[in-house]
Amino acid sequence: MLTIVIPICLSLCSVAVLLAFIRLVRGPHQSDRILALDTLNINAIALIVLFGLWLDSNLFFEAALIIALMGFISTVVLAKFITRGDIIE
Amino acid sequence: MNPWLEGLICVLLLVGSGFTLVGSIGLLRLPDFFTRLHGPTKATTLGVGSTVIASMLYFTTQHDGLSLHELLIPLFLFITAPVSAQILCKSAMQQRLKTTPKTRGKPWQL
Amino acid sequence: MSRLFPHPLLSGVLVILWLLLVNSLSLGSWIMGLFLGWGIPRLCTRMWFENARPRHGWTTVRLLLRVTKDALIANIQVAALVLGPTRRLKPAFIEVPVDIRDELGLTLLMSIISLTPGTVSAELSEDHSRILVHALSEENPEQLIHSIKTRYEQPLMEIFPC
Repeated sequence: MLTIVIPICLSLCSVAVLLAFIRLVRGPHQSDRILALDTLNINAIALIVLFGLWLDSNLFFEAALIIALMGFISTVVLAKFITRGDIIE
Repeated sequence: MNPWLEGLICVLLLVGSGFTLVGSIGLLRLPDFFTRLHGPTKATTLGVGSTVIASMLYFTTQHDGLSLHELLIPLFLFITAPVSAQILCKSAMQQRLKTTPKTRGKPWQL
Repeated sequence: MSRLFPHPLLSGVLVILWLLLVNSLSLGSWIMGLFLGWGIPRLCTRMWFENARPRHGWTTVRLLLRVTKDALIANIQVAALVLGPTRRLKPAFIEVPVDIRDELGLTLLMSIISLTPGTVSAELSEDHSRILVHALSEENPEQLIHSIKTRYEQPLMEIFPC
């Protein structure tokens, strides 16, 4: 059953990535683009976890955790940059 | 594998991917920035949480030994999602982004 | 004991996080975790909230369960709103007056408002007396304010008295 369900989930998540990418291209504002990048990060985590399940490997956990950490930091830094025009005051 | 357990993992995976997709759909089709903020910060976070719990169940039962370290990902996401939502909302208010005409109440002038 | 571990709660959380990260319960992991739980609070004593001494363990557990349940239920409602026709949405900015004074409690309240779907906490006023909340679709602002204050703020004020 899992061999059928995992590809379905992978394709659902890929569609989610595609939709977030359309928002990233369309904008219309910088804040929307940052939000789209944040969503892409979280979708990437879901994809990596699913891929780890598909390959039956526990090694992908670290990659997902690091993407979560970097995604949060980059979102905060970008938002701060467009608010203040500077990152470190 | 126990069929009940496999079914549970499948349901969790489908629910998780479904919520992830709903979050992205919300990001694409809602009318203004402040409403778009709702999709990714919540639906997507819950989706990843559910997917990761499915993965945790799978690795705990398939490989020997308890595998709880996947729990760190949803924990971290649940702590950070409100923070990034708030900081993005603040930056949007500071940039005076337009809200849809139907919105009641006004954002504060920063 | 209190000199060795100035913040027992922070130390405990750090040990648990370390054991989760290395995903093992061997003696070496315990020793390393206890070392980190001893060293990190010692290095960042000044950054930590002065009076973060949560009481009422039972209230905390109940609040946690309530937030989880609300997040699940209302996530489904938000999914229905997102997939339904967008012209039925009634977005609104709502000001919620808050009475809680403890900083950690206030942070937690804003996070809970953001996680419970339908609402995102947007901004805190300068004097920490009001939170601006954006709701995706809200018919009745008074009811929202009332439910935030009774469901989440009341237990938080019990957990973090000033």
